[in-house]
This record gives sequence, structure tokens and C-alpha cells, in this order.
Amino acid sequence: MALLRRRKRPDDDLPQTPDTPEEDEDKTFKLLKRGKKKRREKYSCIDNCCWLVGCICTSWWFLLFLYNTLPPSFPQYVTEKITGPLPDPPGVKCLKEGLKPKHPVVFVPGIVTGGLELWEGHECAEDLFRKRLWGGTFGDIYKRPSCWLQHMSLDNETGLDPPGIRVRPVSGLVAADYFAPGYFVWAVLIANLARVGYEEKNMYMAAYDWRLSFQNTEVRDQALSRIKSNIELMVETNGGQKAVIIPHSMGVLYFLHFMKWVEAPAPMGGGGGSDWCAKHIKAVMNIGGPLLGAPKALSGLFSAEAKDVAFARGIAPGVLDSDLFQLQTLQHIMRMSRTWDSTMSMIPKGGETIWGGLDWSPEEGYLPFQRKPANLTTSRCSHNDSDTKRCDTRRINYGRLISFGRHVAELHSSDIDRVEFRGAVKGKNHANSSCRDVWTEYHNMGICGIQAIAEYKSYTAGDLLDLLEFVAPKMMERGTAHYSHGLADNLDDPKYAHYKYWANPLETKLPKAPDMEIFSMYGVGIPTERAYVYRLTPAAECYIPFQIDNTAGDTDEHVCLKDGVYTVDGDETVPALSAGFMCAKGWRGKTRFNPSGIKTYVREYDHNPPSNFLEGRGTQSGAHVDIMGNFQLIEDVIRVAAGASGEQVGGDRVYTDIFKWSKRINLKL
Amino acid sequence: MPVWRRRKGGGGGISKRATASEQQPSPEIDGKFEEQKREKERITKDSTHNSIKNLKKERSRRSCIHSCCWLIGFICSTWWFLLFLYNAMPASFPQYVTEAITGPTPDPPGVKLHKEGLKAKHPVVFVPGIVTGGLELWEGHPCMEGLFRKRLWGGTFGEVYKRPLCWIEHMSLDNETGLDPPGVRVRPVSGLVAADYFAAGYFVWAVLIANLARIGYEEKNMYMAAYDWRLSFQNTEVRDQSLSRMKSNIELMVATTGEKVVVIPHSMGVLYFLHFMKWVEAPPPMGGGGGSDWCGKHIKAVMNIGGPFLGLPKIVAGLFSAEAKDIAVARAVAPGVLDLDIFGFQTLQHAMRMTRTWDSTMSLIPKGGDTIWGTLDWAPEADHYCVSKTPKNNKTQTTQNNLKSLNYGRIISFGKDIAQLHSSKVERVEFKGAVKGSDYVNRSCGDVWNEYHEMGFNGIKAVADYKAFTVESVLELLQFVAPRMMKRGGAHYSYGIADDLADEKYQHYKYWSNPLETRLPNAPEMEIFSMYGVGLPTERSYVYKFSPAADCYIPFQIDTSAEGGAQQSCLRAGVYSVDGDETVPVLSAGFMCAKGWRGKTRFNPSGIKTHIREYNHAPPATLLEGRGTQSGNHVDIMGNFALIEDIIRVASGATGSDLGGDRVYSDIFRWSERIKLRL
Repeated sequence: MALLRRRKRPDDDLPQTPDTPEEDEDKTFKLLKRGKKKRREKYSCIDNCCWLVGCICTSWWFLLFLYNTLPPSFPQYVTEKITGPLPDPPGVKCLKEGLKPKHPVVFVPGIVTGGLELWEGHECAEDLFRKRLWGGTFGDIYKRPSCWLQHMSLDNETGLDPPGIRVRPVSGLVAADYFAPGYFVWAVLIANLARVGYEEKNMYMAAYDWRLSFQNTEVRDQALSRIKSNIELMVETNGGQKAVIIPHSMGVLYFLHFMKWVEAPAPMGGGGGSDWCAKHIKAVMNIGGPLLGAPKALSGLFSAEAKDVAFARGIAPGVLDSDLFQLQTLQHIMRMSRTWDSTMSMIPKGGETIWGGLDWSPEEGYLPFQRKPANLTTSRCSHNDSDTKRCDTRRINYGRLISFGRHVAELHSSDIDRVEFRGAVKGKNHANSSCRDVWTEYHNMGICGIQAIAEYKSYTAGDLLDLLEFVAPKMMERGTAHYSHGLADNLDDPKYAHYKYWANPLETKLPKAPDMEIFSMYGVGIPTERAYVYRLTPAAECYIPFQIDNTAGDTDEHVCLKDGVYTVDGDETVPALSAGFMCAKGWRGKTRFNPSGIKTYVREYDHNPPSNFLEGRGTQSGAHVDIMGNFQLIEDVIRVAAGASGEQVGGDRVYTDIFKWSKRINLKL
Repeated sequence: MPVWRRRKGGGGGISKRATASEQQPSPEIDGKFEEQKREKERITKDSTHNSIKNLKKERSRRSCIHSCCWLIGFICSTWWFLLFLYNAMPASFPQYVTEAITGPTPDPPGVKLHKEGLKAKHPVVFVPGIVTGGLELWEGHPCMEGLFRKRLWGGTFGEVYKRPLCWIEHMSLDNETGLDPPGVRVRPVSGLVAADYFAAGYFVWAVLIANLARIGYEEKNMYMAAYDWRLSFQNTEVRDQSLSRMKSNIELMVATTGEKVVVIPHSMGVLYFLHFMKWVEAPPPMGGGGGSDWCGKHIKAVMNIGGPFLGLPKIVAGLFSAEAKDIAVARAVAPGVLDLDIFGFQTLQHAMRMTRTWDSTMSLIPKGGDTIWGTLDWAPEADHYCVSKTPKNNKTQTTQNNLKSLNYGRIISFGKDIAQLHSSKVERVEFKGAVKGSDYVNRSCGDVWNEYHEMGFNGIKAVADYKAFTVESVLELLQFVAPRMMKRGGAHYSYGIADDLADEKYQHYKYWSNPLETRLPNAPEMEIFSMYGVGLPTERSYVYKFSPAADCYIPFQIDTSAEGGAQQSCLRAGVYSVDGDETVPVLSAGFMCAKGWRGKTRFNPSGIKTHIREYNHAPPATLLEGRGTQSGNHVDIMGNFALIEDIIRVASGATGSDLGGDRVYSDIFRWSERIKLRL
């Protein structure tokens, strides 16, 4: 090592001329200095870097050390100092009240939140055996994106594993307690249940491969049999106490499917007999369940985008579309997610009866600011009264889930010129070999087909299936084999014994279990995607030919339309209508969908953004996933698990106009 | 250092120089050896004026901080660079290097058998042993805050170092009930992750799982029957319903695949599964109510790996003085370290106090008494000589005629000479009636409670005066030194040999894990394998010494000075060893399958076929091989390719005779022959 070191302030370091200077010494000194200067130039750059890195490392280690020696209660102490004493977490509160674990609890995670791990793969994923491909850090997306996509996709024909690849759900509570490090899903609920005495023997995470269609999870992994066996085991070992089921998001549909499956005779069903649910289930507490589907799933399937993607495109046009690193991000995503059958379970169900026609919709007249202006910091509408008048509710047609162009979205239906697309000829001329190997079915459509779609101009829930079948016939072929999105006229029709109807609440009866209770718990107070304004992208050779028109809507005039998306009240993913309708009307009392009169409750949780940064994702959130950390919701769950009934928890708890909207839906009950 | 800081704030040049010259006589503040050396060099080089020297010193002092930073930065950058390279490296690179050095490695058994066309057929159940399963915290005292659902046992063991006392408190069970202490809930991890790796990089089941996955196994047809290995077997059902869970999962897998399961217990899991087989057929409430044909219907084969069917001598030393060979050696190497009261920890005492609350350890106490393990002057393995099997490093010349038989039957002897004398010459003083005094209790011992404090000096002396203990008297000994522990143990386990298996008392669960006091289930198509490593010296009996003036310490220690020398190479550091897998002697792992259950015997009324598969230990050839693919070690055998291949073949449908029946390297059949057990 050279003697030389980096010196911050060379001038300061120079000694002042000594009191009794001698020429020789001065010279030697100067010579020395000069020599150093030369060498310094040579080395200083690398030295500086090293020095800097060293400094940073050292201080980092020092801070890390401090952090580690810190008592674990310190962050909480700081938070309390700033925000005042925190309320007890619900688990502690309930423990103090003397609540004890009574009913075993089953969690049914939703789409996307469950971890998936690799059991067999191609060479590019050689070292990833039993490592998470989905969930966790997602490190491998960046390291080997195309390999990752290949392994996450399913077979395009069968909807099962592609040859040579086995990606399987993680099992146990770890499957979905955290989605990514620090991003909780079930962890908070689990921790609070543990406070009152729950542990793994009476909590079960019904993890399944959320990419597969519901029935295929049984065919490939016997996931439904596993749930059945575990519920039976827990009921037996807990002294006959029935289970409380807590499905979240798509898990709600999955569990609907399960309830039909378990009672159906083998081989299609689990052969549990018609009283299985009555014997084993105390309550089903659906959290944010898209019982009637989610419009967001539609835009995802149609053009692989939703509000967030459209917004990103608005901010940085070209980034997503440009062929950056030859990735064609959106196309790849679309190709992958279209192989996932489960996404099709969330296509809006019930057609125009539920979701509204060209000129009416159950939510018409709704304005986001009507309810609680103070809360809606993210409102699409301004709070000023004069502004709100300009948001002409008559021009909002939520029923038109997809419109091509804003003016089409606002015109009265009689003024729209629609050209039927169903018979349109698809051409091959759109196929372009320069698009590399990204296969989306749009390549098979041809320009004529694409044009025909745009000519039809506006689509209601009734037209949706035809539209999707037109643009993605192969996908929908798989989809219609596993799901149905209609509305049953006669539930006794023997065709409804087929499993494809089991996940649609409008085409099945609830099980015969009069003592069971069904809760619909969801967040409200956040604008939620409901309808889209699309545009045709010109000259899109390799790209998806449709895009959400993010230029449609601006904050001054049409405040309810922003970035091409009409929003209603909901939890940011599922509109209140979809989550609440069945419990508010479809299943309320003895109806044909609920022949044994199972009691239903609607529990809404108004969204309150976290008051400060320290609260993280908030304890009063109403967002689709963050609601899992909502203290009020957790308390309700614990009370029911400890034995309370729906009435004891407080019956309905409503902030939206869900009952009014439900009334407008003209459904034979 | 403080000077430098002062200078930085100080500003002016003159004052700085003043400080610098003041600094001169105290170099130890900066104290770096390098600095001084450099300074000396400079002084010899150019003898210049003070001011220049001062300047240089000033610089060198500054440069000390700089050079530290520089050095750290340099190391960090290099590290990052290497890390980057490592990450950018293709995944097959290490394998490539290994192959370049050692020649092409054989295909792992999974790949090999996959090429042969084997496919997943029977579902597989793993039953982990003691210690290897992870435990996590579900409820704890404030000192464990922030560790909810984090592993206390397994993983990194970080908390042992961070808060040792808190950790011991949480890992201990209640001294009376053998269940959770109030306010603490530590629960087993579930799923395959429970025991795939014990600590990061230390595989237990992971290699086997990976190889099974190659032929098509996945989580739906592999089940890890994790249980809390600290509890007595029946208590795992009482507290966690672990046995019910295992039953339900086996039934589910049999129902979904339509094939019987292959059960693979390891170590203590072997006894646990014996217990399970009796439990599942017994009527409720004590049993699982599966009916007498449950095992016949659901189990194809039980492939025991390194199973201590008849117990472990090692556990006697563990319970008696919280030590075994490893600890005894450590004590000999660094005398005083373990015994010293460093940091007020009293490590061994704490370890003893903790392990004595774990009922499961008592399931491993040697069973069958003197009939199996030998008397004062007789032992089944008496003619074993130690160099034959051990690898080259002890291949000293052995003269067989020089060899006299060893008294393995004396599991504990006080002093080497007593271990070797004929029994008629040993003077033994009965200890059972000895009066225990309380004069041994000493308040200065801190709060470490072990039952030795209650024994008093007389009691301890009496134990030492008995001089030599066989297995049967060891049981009495344990009852004498640790009455409370053995009271719990006696309620959950039994160590005898049944005279009449039809006796009704054998319906009680405490007999279920003792193969000598139970019958195998009525399942003639089932097969039982006993697979274990051989070729490693394994603890069999001990030479103890009485540690004098032990105020706070455990009053007995293994006498590490007792060496057998060239003539008796079986005695090393106070421990007589026989053939085995370093933990379980061959006799314990093999006897039942070699003789006790062979054919139709009273222990095996339906004539279940038994097979012995021994795996001779071969240490890894190079460092690159890690823990070896031919190891016979108790845990490392889980990575033994031959064993894995056997398991995969059975799992995909082969029978024991397809594998080749028995495969024996040791003298197990000859030794078994010598044991006179009515069959």
C-alpha cells in the first residue's frame, strides 16, 4: 500500500511555515509534496472510490449493529410517541375479553396471493427445485424472464402442466401469509388468531394452484379432497366443533365450488353426501369476494391491462409498448395469463340483468363523492359543488363495460351505430412472423376481425362472452368447459349438476345447511373499475390491437371518467355490487338460490387511509388485500371463530347503497 | 482516535501541529503495528527535521482512518465483484469443476431410476427423528417478542446466541407434566420444510425428497409427519393430535392414489412409528380406532433408517451427565471451558436441565435389559474388534490373539480398571438404599436446577461405590439420580421384555414403542426394512469418574483419560465403541429385523417379512463431495445414494426380495444368535 492517502483538505494539512525555517528543509518538504501530488493523481480515483465504499459499508454496519441491539419494542415505542397510544390489536383485545378458540379456522387464499414452487423444470431453472417461482422475492423474473414465463404458463390446450414442467402450490400457512417479504396477506389475521390461542392444529390454509380451473385443482393435485380431509380431521379433533371458513378474493368462488363438489357424488364430486356442509361448516366469511365477477378481470383478458397499466402508459408512453430488450412485456403477460383458466372464473356473471344494459345500470346515479367526501382523498371527482354538477350522471353508462371512444360511451344507445361483429371474417393478414414467438390469439384475427370488434362500439355484460370468444377462441373454449357465466332459469335442470356451474352463485343452490351463516365482508370507499373506454391502436403489428383510452376523461369536466376508466364504489378491485349483491338480495331469506334459508350478512368496512407513514398499510384499510389487516374485520372474524353468531357480531353493517342497487336488479328469486 | 477527532474540529494549523507533537510519546492510541513500522522505515530513510517528521506522523495518523476505510472498501468491492461473478456464473459451473477434478460423477439415483422408467407409485410418508425437526414459537414471554412463528429450533439458531436464557426457557417443557410451561407455546413446523434442512445447508431429508421428485413425486404424494419431538409420543396426540393428523393424511393419500403408503421413519421416528402402528389400531379414547386391519390396508412397507429399536447407550450418558463422546472430547481438549462459569451460563447444566424436561429422550433408553445388552461379564458383541471396520486412519496392526473380550455389558464403570476386571473381583456397594442428604444444596449455584442438588454428597458417593452398571442397573441408577424425570418417563415408556404378550397390561400406550413388549400389527403383506450405516465406531459403554469438589457442577464425568491403547482400541477417551452408525449400535438397529421379528415369532405373529440393509461407511473422497454419497453416518446416510435407490425402488413398487433381500457387512446375525430371547 502506498503511503499516499486521499486527503480532503490538502491546504489545511500543510503546515504553516515553521517559526525557524531552514531552506533545505523547506525544499525537501516541497519535493516530498510534489512527488506525492503526482502519485496522488494516479491513484486517487480508485482510492477515492474504495474509501467511499468503505465509509458507507462501515457506517452501514454500524447502523445495522445498532439496529440489532435495539430492543424489539423500540419502533412501537416511537410510533406511540408520535401518534399516541395505539389501540390494542384485536387479538389482544379479544383475549382480554376472555375469548378462546372454539371453531377451527380454514383460510382459502385468492388468486395471485398464494406461493407457487418448482418441482420439475427445464434446464434453465435447474437450481430452483422447491424454490418459489411466484411469491417471495420474485428474483428470478429479473434473472431469467423468459424462462420464468415459460414455467409459469400452463398448457394452452389442456390448461394443465406443459410437458416437463411441474409448478406446484406451496402448502401450509406459509403459502399465503406473506406474498412478498413484508407484504402481508394472511399473516396479521393469523397472528391475531394465535393471540387467542389458535395454532396450526386448528388453522388450515387451503392452498391450491390458483392458475388452474377449480375442478382441475382436484384432477391434478386433489386439492379439494385435501380440503375435505383436513376439515373433517379438524372437526373431529376439536371435539366436533364445526369449521369457520374464511375465503378471500377468488377463494370465495373456489369455496363455492368446493361446497358443491363435496356434496356431489363421486367421481365428479367428493361424495360427502348432502349434509356434509351442515355437519362441518359453521360459517363462511367471504372477504372481498367477486361473487359476480370483476370487470377488472375483463380488461385483463381483453388487453392485458387495467387502470394501473393504462395509467403507466399515460405517464410514459412507449415504454411498455416499445420493444425494449425484445421483451414485449404486455404481450408476454397476456400470453401467460391467458393460459390460466382461473382468470375466467372472474368474468362478470349474470349478464345484463346484473351488470346493466346499454342505457341502465344498477349503480346509475352514483357519484363517488356522494358518500363521504372527507375520506376520498383519491376521489376522481373534485369536492367543489360547482364541479360536481358538471359530472353529469346521466351520461355515465356503467352498463357499457367496454366502449370504443368516449363519445360512444356517453351517447344514448339509439344514437349508436353498431355493426354486428359475430359473423366477421377473420383474416390471416395480421399474422406477422417478425413478431417473434409471442403468441397471442390476436395474430390469428386479422385486421378485418379487429376492425369488426371496434365497429360494434359498445359492449354490455351480455356481449362480453361473445366478444371474448371472438378474440380468443382457444382460451374461451377451455373457459366455457370449466365455468359458466349465465343466470339459471330453472335450477332443478339436471345440467346444473355439472361442475362448470358450481362457481357461479346464480346457477347453483346453496347447500342444505340452515344453521350455517354466510358473511360478505368487503371494503368500500375506494374507486373501483367498472367500465372502460377503449381505442383501437393503429399500426399495431406485434402489439395488442386494443388499449384503454387513457386520454378519455379529465379532472375538469368528466370527473367520473379518468384515464379511460369509469369507477364505482368498492375495494379497488371488486365493485360493491359484485361482492355484496348475493348476500344483500340473491341469498337473503329463502330464495331459489338459497332453499334452506341460510342466514346472510353484509359487513362493509369503510376505507380509511393510514394516517401516517408509520402505520404501514393501515389498520382501517378497505383495499382488496390490505383489508386483511383491518382491525375491525379481524375482530369480527375472531368473534365468530370463538363462537359468536352473525347477529352477535352486529348483523349488517352497510355504508354504500348496496341494498338500493340490489333492489334495482330485476332477478327472479 | 480522540486526538484525530479533536484535530478535525480544531481548525488552525499551528495548534494542530502542537497536538501532533504532544501525541508523539503515546503511539498506542493509534496503536497500529503497521503504522509504527512504517514510521520507523521512514525515520531510517531520511533523517530530516522534526517538522517533516511531524507532518508525516500527522499524515500517517490521518491515513490510518483512511486506510481502514480504504481497506474495508476494497474488500467490500472485491466481495461484491466476486458475488456478482458468482451470480452471473451458470448454475452448472460447480458441477463442471467437480467433474473436471474427480471425473464424471454418477447420476443421482433419482435421475438414474427415472431413466430406467420408474414412476411414482406408492405415496411416501417421512417420519423425522429427534432433534432434526424444526420448532417454531406461537406464544412466548416478552423476551421473545418479534419471534412469532419464527424457528426456535432448526434454521440459523440465531436466538440461542442473542438471548440464551430466554431461549432455554422457551425450549424447556414443564417439569411435572412434560407439556407446555404456562404462557409458552412452541409448536412443530409442518410440511416438508419441517425437516428437509436442519440448518441452512445441512440437509436431512432434502436429498431424498429431491430424488423422489425426479421420478414424479410431489407434495400430494409425499407427507412429512412432523411432530414435536420433545414430547412423549402419546402426548403429541394429546396436545397436537399429531397421530390423528398422520392417520388422516395417510388415509387421504391412499384414497387419492389408490396405493398403500411406504413409510420412511428415521432415528427416533422409528419408535414413533411403532407407537403409531399400535395407536392407530387401538380403540379410542387411548388409540385411533382404525381397527385391527388398518396397517394391513394402508401400509406397504416400513423402511426404518438408523432406527434405535432397542435404545441407545448414548442417551444414558446424555441423561446421566449431559455429555457424550463429543462433549467428553471437547472437555479433554480445552479443560475448564465447559465447566467454567463463563458469563454465568453453566452451559452443560442448562443443557441438562432442558433436555431432562424432554420426555422423548427417555424413549431411547436401552431396552431389553441384560438379556439384550449383556451382563457384567458377557455381551453379544464381545468379540468385536475395532480396527476391522474403521477406515484406514486407524489401521494399526492388530494381533487377534491379543484380543480379550470386552465387557460391553457394563454400560457405566467407575474407573478403567473396574471396566476391565472380572466381575468377581469388583467390590460393589449397593446404592439403592443410600440416604440422600440435602447438604449438597448450594445457593450459590444460581438458578440452574438439576436433580443432583437434591441428592446430597452421600447419594453421589453411593452411586460411585456401586462401580459397574449394566443396562438394568442403569435404569435403577437413573431412577436414583433423577427420580422426577424417571417418574414421567415411567408413565410413558417401558424398557422391559414381555413374558406374555397377551397380558392385558400391554394394551397400555407406554408399551407401544418398545418392540420387545408389543406385537407387530396383523399385516402379512407388509414389509419391514431395517436400513442403517455400519463401519463407524459407535458409543456402547462408558468409563466414568467422580468429579470431586463439584459444587455447582454435575458430579460425574466421562473419564477422558481412559485409553485402551493398541490392545484395546475400542476404548478411546473413556468410551468403548462398537460397530454402528456413530449413534446407533448395530445391535440396536438390526436385532429386531435379524432375529426378533424374523419369520413368525411371538413379536411378529403374522409373519411380516423383514429385511436388513446395511450401508458400509465410506468417507467422502474429496471436499467437494460435501457430506458424501456413501456415508453411513446416522444423519448423513440420508444422502447415501444406495439407500436412496433402495427407497425409490420400493416406492415405485419393488418388494424387499426385488432389492436383493438382506445386505449385511457387520456380524449382526452372529451377535443376534447369542442373545437368548424366547421367540
